[in-house]
Amino acid sequence: MADTSLAMSGPRGAKPKKALSPRNIMLYGILIVVCIYYLLPLWVMVMTSLKGMPEVRLGNIFSPPLEITFEPWVKAWSQACTGLNCDGLSRGFWNSVMITVPSVIISIAIASVNGYALINWKFKGSDIFFTILIFGSFIPYQIMLYPIVILLREAGLYGSLTGLVLVHTVFGMPILTLLFRNYFSSIPEELFKAARVDGAGFWGIYFRIMLPMSLPIFVVALILQVTGIWNDFLFGVVFISKSEAYPMTVQLNNIVNSVQGVKEYNVNMAATVLTGLVPLIVYFVSGKLFVRGIAAGAVKG
Amino acid sequence: MQNSIEVKDLTLNFGSVSVLKNMNLDVAEGEFVVLLGPSGCGKSTLLNCLAGLLDITDGQIWIKGKNVTWSEPSERGIGMVFQSYALYPQMTVRGNLSFGLKNAKVPQPEIDKRIARAAAILQIEPLLDRKPAALSGGQRQRVAIGRALVRDVDVFLFDEPLSNLDAKLRSELRVEIKRLHNQLGNTMVYVTHDQIEALTLADRIAVMKGGVIQQLAAPLEIYNRPSNLFVAGFIGSPSMNFLKGRTIDGGKAFQFGGTKIDLAGYDGGAVLERDDAILGVRPEHITVSTTPLAGPSIPAEVEIDEHLGADSLLWLKAEGANMSVRVPVEGRLPAGTKVHLGLDIPKASLFDAKTEQRI
Repeated sequence: MADTSLAMSGPRGAKPKKALSPRNIMLYGILIVVCIYYLLPLWVMVMTSLKGMPEVRLGNIFSPPLEITFEPWVKAWSQACTGLNCDGLSRGFWNSVMITVPSVIISIAIASVNGYALINWKFKGSDIFFTILIFGSFIPYQIMLYPIVILLREAGLYGSLTGLVLVHTVFGMPILTLLFRNYFSSIPEELFKAARVDGAGFWGIYFRIMLPMSLPIFVVALILQVTGIWNDFLFGVVFISKSEAYPMTVQLNNIVNSVQGVKEYNVNMAATVLTGLVPLIVYFVSGKLFVRGIAAGAVKG
Repeated sequence: MQNSIEVKDLTLNFGSVSVLKNMNLDVAEGEFVVLLGPSGCGKSTLLNCLAGLLDITDGQIWIKGKNVTWSEPSERGIGMVFQSYALYPQMTVRGNLSFGLKNAKVPQPEIDKRIARAAAILQIEPLLDRKPAALSGGQRQRVAIGRALVRDVDVFLFDEPLSNLDAKLRSELRVEIKRLHNQLGNTMVYVTHDQIEALTLADRIAVMKGGVIQQLAAPLEIYNRPSNLFVAGFIGSPSMNFLKGRTIDGGKAFQFGGTKIDLAGYDGGAVLERDDAILGVRPEHITVSTTPLAGPSIPAEVEIDEHLGADSLLWLKAEGANMSVRVPVEGRLPAGTKVHLGLDIPKASLFDAKTEQRI
């Protein structure tokens, strides 16, 4: 019986954990510092954008507004001036939407078929084709700017939204193809073979077998393309010639950097947050879906 | 009887690598042929060629009297079962079974009828509305077989269908596949590296190595009269004992170390005198005795004694060579025992060491 009581008195069950261990202090300390580092600029921007100009001039950039006003937001959206146009960022927003939506859809559609064909329907020279495609993604954009301007001019697309959509689609191709190719290569080849025995063709297998299994990678591609194309400044400023057609980022730059009149910091801040809102929403909405898609995984034996 | 599958001079090269070499294979109507061999011998490749999933370099493939060399997989009248099941994860079992039929534009009532029949044969009716992820390994493989079944084809191709299952399920499904074959009478070609599956299922086994069929024969023929050293060593566990020696006395006896073994009763061709010969004897065709035997016997010493439950294995050293002998449980001997071995010559195989062919 003595043995039993000894056994009962010893450690048993889950090991107790200390809340304030050195490890936890270190871990959470660093996390909190990093959070502040990233959130502080956002805080300053949002707070400033909610203040009136007299309050901005006081200079307390960290303090919350004494009197909340949405005037700067309204002004940034619909009244801010770039050059002669004074209809705010809304025009840039719709331009960006008209650039981003077709670019994202077309580039993902083509790249996913590319990746699928490169893995499952290997043709003569498909490896070389892939190598060239990947090599393309290493060439700096600056080198290609001028030749593309000429190409677009010759094609009669220079300065138009169509031209910019084309450029975005082409430039997204290497990385997206790589992305899709790698994802499709993780789908068991036997699934593809089974579908062929079942009489499905190139498009049948793509739409009925591959697509339904590939939601996660489509979400990844969507995030990459939407944020990449929405945030693009270089192509927008180079390939669009009329200021009415500028995307939001270019227009934001023109508003913030305009040298005439008073610097309206609150309007500038509101305009910047508005421009960043779309990528932010994409992250929040699809991030969850992304993780869920990855976790769902494939059927294994 | 008409041949169900005829492979004529089939050659397949991947670049400069030759995977299948001038292969010929005829499979009779309703026959169960197993392609057996080590990894990389080309057995799965051959199956993929039959299915039309790989383009061949040269030769012809005929299925049911039709030249299908250039046909699409779905036009060849085959059903295929894969090792990883290859069920479409986003579809229910019913969806998996009907996918091929819908592609072939089979009318819906006919689809329902065929699914009902396949589900009844494979006893998967309660699973029809589940997704593959909610099935066990054995159930998934049943569904995969069902997918071949609903296609209502004459030829079934199995690509190592049981390799992903655990031992118990494997033997259960093995019996079930055999039963299915008896019931349906389809032609079946079955790829495996498991010799138990091959020996139990096959009407004929094709033992392959290096893209060449080494021997094509009934299981017992392969087991008892292997045509070359590779087949002899590959089939059987533990593998056949190979005694290196030479034939003497005009081929009437075999000299192994210091022992002269009389070859009277050997079931084979003209032995002749050969300097390099190999006598192959299976572990169960050797008798072990602690006292000297009447005829010529090989002196040996027990090294390890393994119990397998139903019987025992003795690992011995004889004339410097390692040998294994299967003995009944009561015949077990402790390590270090000096014994005498007698060989069952009519059941032994004699090989020419140079050509590696059976004599």
